[in-house]
Amino acid sequence: MSAPMVSRTARTPQDVGVVATQPRLPLLARLRRDYPLLLMITPAVVLLLAFVYVPLLGNVIAFMDYQPYIPIEQSTWVGWANFQTLFADPAFWRAVVNTLQVTVLQLVFFFPVPIALALLIHSLAWPWLRTVVQSVLYLPHFLSWVIVVGFFQQSLGSGGVLNHTLRNLDLGTISVMSDPETFKLLLTAQVIWKDAGWGTIIFLAALAAIDDSLYEAAAIDGAGAWKRFLHVTLPGIRPIIVLLLILRLGEALNVGFEQILLQRNAVGANAAEVLDTYVYFHGVVDGNWSTGIAVGLIKGIVGFALILAANKAAHLLGEQGVYARS
Amino acid sequence: MSTVIRPAWAGRPKPVVLALKAVTIVLVLAVVVFPFLVVFSTSVSDNEAVTRAGGFVVWPSSLEFDAYRQILSGGVVTRAVVVTAAVTAVGTVISLASTVLAAWALSRPGSLFQRPLLTFVLVTFLFTPGLIPLYLVVKELGLLDSYWALILPSAFSVFNMVVVRGFMMGIPAELLDAARMDGAGEFRILWQIVLPLSRAVIAVVGLFYAVGYWNAFFNALLYLSDATRWTLQLVLRTYVLQGSALVDNTADTGALPPAQSVQMAVVVIAIVPILAAYPLVQRHLTKGVLTGAVKG
Repeated sequence: MSAPMVSRTARTPQDVGVVATQPRLPLLARLRRDYPLLLMITPAVVLLLAFVYVPLLGNVIAFMDYQPYIPIEQSTWVGWANFQTLFADPAFWRAVVNTLQVTVLQLVFFFPVPIALALLIHSLAWPWLRTVVQSVLYLPHFLSWVIVVGFFQQSLGSGGVLNHTLRNLDLGTISVMSDPETFKLLLTAQVIWKDAGWGTIIFLAALAAIDDSLYEAAAIDGAGAWKRFLHVTLPGIRPIIVLLLILRLGEALNVGFEQILLQRNAVGANAAEVLDTYVYFHGVVDGNWSTGIAVGLIKGIVGFALILAANKAAHLLGEQGVYARS
Repeated sequence: MSTVIRPAWAGRPKPVVLALKAVTIVLVLAVVVFPFLVVFSTSVSDNEAVTRAGGFVVWPSSLEFDAYRQILSGGVVTRAVVVTAAVTAVGTVISLASTVLAAWALSRPGSLFQRPLLTFVLVTFLFTPGLIPLYLVVKELGLLDSYWALILPSAFSVFNMVVVRGFMMGIPAELLDAARMDGAGEFRILWQIVLPLSRAVIAVVGLFYAVGYWNAFFNALLYLSDATRWTLQLVLRTYVLQGSALVDNTADTGALPPAQSVQMAVVVIAIVPILAAYPLVQRHLTKGVLTGAVKG
């Protein structure tokens, strides 16, 4: 959730000082001075090269007919054939629709929850109660999806506490965990349970940063609690709301891969297939490697465009955005 | 009564509002705590209690640790715990080392190649490599069915590096200049001055990494085809979510702990390390997260 923003800290006063006072040394002298720093960055560079940059190049396989037992360089080029196969596959379009539906549901139902919770926590007058509530609410974020799905099964599944209670009361049972109709709502509920508390951190910080004298001035001017909320609190956290909303839009195609993978069998592919699970089941499990990579490539390009567009929108709205305008 | 921080202008809230707030807080806390309680209660219950409760026990009537004895006395779960703990330990060390070194190297504006290297690292925010190309790289490197496949591809997180770097950029330059005057090299400055000052942020980032390794499920599913090498989350999925029998019930009579208790004991074992590590870094969480996340 809390996507990082690359700060503008690259230009600190310290930086300016160094540049201003020292004349540029020749390359060799700088190398002699800075080689320990270059050594330090080496592990990270190697890891990023191997596991980000090289795989990025591997996307060219989307234009090949790749078979696992033929080396990549001997694979035949097939142009756009993999994309044509893909676009003709109804399962792919089903996955696109499902992905977008989950994104919309999470924007509508998940996104406001951390804001509401943060307002609630912030309004608590006892510091100890705040600490307790925060500690408890952050905790689910650190559980794995396997455990969270397990928790939901034990509470709401057919053999779980809820249905046992309903059976005892002769009220019949409800299949919360295996109903394809409501599956996407279930996903949203699980995300709320796991991450809504964690999501409050950033809003609590924004709330704490609001100058108390603004509230005081508003109160003196006769503003009641609601007016103060509307005219002081809301403007205070608006930038961070806009920013997180835009970041979420940039992530529109990423919807809880592990979470969905774990529950896909319970409700069937029709309701549960999203782009990431499509890549896994269609590409890896069924061995359609090249079409799988084609999906990954489309997803990567659309994701990239979404991040740039979201950032542009942030700048247009006068926010800082994901990275600084340079 | 504890100290109430309520400014004079705010006035006392109405009783209705207070009651609503209290109910909401209690409900929210209950929803979060309830599953933990059910899992623990079921894991320490005996056959009779489990049958009576119809599978899952909400409040324990007994404290039986047979289920734990059963799964920790060797076998699939024991092995998975050992493997996962080792991967987590080794992985966290590698991750922290590469992250801290990179963060320090990139927090020195004006040093050689600092700008291009920073760009090289940060640009990866914009691209996700895709599952299959990454899988093929891991395969080409001969890491399939190796525990290194669970560590190396995710060892370096740019997000965590930005968090640590954000913190390091805030260390007063005079401190570092003084050390440099005394002839300390970069490694020594990092080790003796920067690291002690950055303990809080390193603890938080360390927790993020460790939790990531401990909780990783999909990469183990993808890279390890050999079931004898399974990690804890894979074992959890197979025996808890998919309900395969963990204990061979056919071999013995009624002396075994109930199947649900055994399953829930595995869940408890998977949660306990997180619960144990959590309080250690909890007070740093906000600071650590915000250092990297929001600047200005």
